[in-house]
Amino acid sequence: MIKRLLLIAVALLPAGFALAQEGGEIALRHAGTDITDIKSLQRGARDFMNYCSGCHSLTYLRYNRMAADLRIPEADLKANLMFSSSNPFDGINSAMPAADAANWFGKPPPDLSLIARERGVDYLYSYQKGFYVDRARMWGVNNLYLPGVAMPHVLASLSGLQEPVYKNEPDSAGNAHMVLVDVKLTAPGALSEQEYDVFCRDIANFLDYAGEPVKAKRQSLGVFVTLFLLVGFVFTYLLKKEYWKDVH
Amino acid sequence: MAAAPESAGSKGLLGWIDQRFPLTALWRSQVSEYYAPKNFNFWYYFGSLALLVLVNQLVTGIFLTMNYKPGSTEAFASVEYIMRDVSWGWLIRYMHSTGASAFFVVVYLHMFRALLYGSHRKPRELLWIFGCLIFVVLMAEGFMGYVLPWGNMSFWGAQVITSLFGSLPVIGASLLEWIRGDYVIADATLNRFFALHVAALPLALIFLVIAHLMALHEVGSNNPDGIEIHDHEDEHGHPLDGVPFHPYYTVKDLMGVMFFLVIFGGVIFFAPTFGGLFLEGPNFEPANPLQTPPHIAPVWYFTPFYAMLRAVPSFWGTQVWGVLVMGASIVILFFVPWLDRSPVRSIRYRGPIYKIMLTVFVLSFITLGLCGLRPPAGIYPMLAKIGTVLYFAFFLLMPWYSRFDSVKPVPERVTSHD
Repeated sequence: MIKRLLLIAVALLPAGFALAQEGGEIALRHAGTDITDIKSLQRGARDFMNYCSGCHSLTYLRYNRMAADLRIPEADLKANLMFSSSNPFDGINSAMPAADAANWFGKPPPDLSLIARERGVDYLYSYQKGFYVDRARMWGVNNLYLPGVAMPHVLASLSGLQEPVYKNEPDSAGNAHMVLVDVKLTAPGALSEQEYDVFCRDIANFLDYAGEPVKAKRQSLGVFVTLFLLVGFVFTYLLKKEYWKDVH
Repeated sequence: MAAAPESAGSKGLLGWIDQRFPLTALWRSQVSEYYAPKNFNFWYYFGSLALLVLVNQLVTGIFLTMNYKPGSTEAFASVEYIMRDVSWGWLIRYMHSTGASAFFVVVYLHMFRALLYGSHRKPRELLWIFGCLIFVVLMAEGFMGYVLPWGNMSFWGAQVITSLFGSLPVIGASLLEWIRGDYVIADATLNRFFALHVAALPLALIFLVIAHLMALHEVGSNNPDGIEIHDHEDEHGHPLDGVPFHPYYTVKDLMGVMFFLVIFGGVIFFAPTFGGLFLEGPNFEPANPLQTPPHIAPVWYFTPFYAMLRAVPSFWGTQVWGVLVMGASIVILFFVPWLDRSPVRSIRYRGPIYKIMLTVFVLSFITLGLCGLRPPAGIYPMLAKIGTVLYFAFFLLMPWYSRFDSVKPVPERVTSHD
């Protein structure tokens, strides 16, 4: 049986490799988030409410669910984190009318309840670090990871300004042209680079939580379920051995 | 073997029932005195596991139905409601979504087992055909279930798959409208897919599974040696190489179930999206008729067939050829019992040609699956074309290579057991 399982594993190896080398565009930065880090999630919640929630909703996440999961006292929640509603049972909705938002930005800012599930934490982390100065754009910025971004760089006061880094690369016809490969910080903001990294990581972590509030509980529960089932397997294995010992 | 009570003369509740319903008789004929070959190996776990997954899907499906709302404006939010507000809703939903993929894993391995040991051969042709019908219904069930969360991939997947019917000549356009219940994928489509997914198809599935099991118990199980255990019986008429299904295979399958649950639970608790294979990223965005996902791909279990669909070029102004090839790739399964002309059943006693062909077939199926997952660019369209040819070659050349392949002598009695 072990041999057969190994065979199946080997047969599926190419599938694993093929899936691993997805991409081709600019590689995402590694977010390094930890869904069990309550402090990080609390900072992420605070920063999200202060910098993001003016435009972006988390419709499917209720204020009181967030407070309970992130161990935020209700008084703090109401005093510092609830800007658009007075009912803790409500979902976290932006106060911005969608029609106005569409008018101002070209499209309404998306609801971010499930953005981490859709794009992954690495994307969210990279996105916040990917803004660079592009005077051709409406808000004066573009994004390395979301070209043609409609959002202004609302975190610019924290992150500072970045300039694009180009590389000369011959295209298929042999003509040299400039390719955007990276960004570099040129005008520091209120946070140091390390502090801004932590800021972005906290937001990504919080959005990961918002995408699946039960995630940390699911994983910790999974350890016990797996152990229970493994013990169950041992017992059923012994039971099978006992019944089959006289079959030759 | 446990001593069963006398069915006719037994007393108490069981006796009362037995005089009115053949409970003990059924238990004996179908379970405690159903003799199965004693040499079942690893590949024989997947039948009982498929049954387990079916029950899992039925039970979790019932609980999901209690909170899911089949409507284009409510469906997506109701799934998030289940994930966040319903007690243990997330677990029920993950058991159901992981169960869908697990169903195809065990069914593919179950079907592969048949090709390994010739379980489709006479007298088990009808058993095989019931199995193929189960597979077809399962595909419809999986497809319609995937539409229900009403994510953007649900929407566009439904758009692509239903439009296949639109490519059929003459009737295409009206057939398409009839299936969708609207000119586009819309609320009406979601409602009818819900009805089919939770009522019609599960019923069909249950009836087919019963027919599959009845046919199995009529002809008896095949085994890795591909020989009939009833050719050698003891004085009671019990096969010498058989053991009663209960308790021998109930405890053995129970062990298999526990092993399966360790893996199943591992996926549910640690990787429920399975890296975007079981639950795809774009499907966490609500259905948006105005915005196509960057790359539309079906869930992994359909990708081999999707790759074949795309591998066939359109000519004479229609794309129907790909649809026909994809349909044929499934229809051809029904004919395997008659395509296989080998004098022996099991791969253990077949010659090298069948072994090579089966290996090539498996590799082509996996390759097609990989091709179907990614955009048709680079090397993939060519790989998909080669994979399609090899997939069909395995079946269409079978009447020749299976007949002319060398064979080894088949033993009288089964050789060993795990």
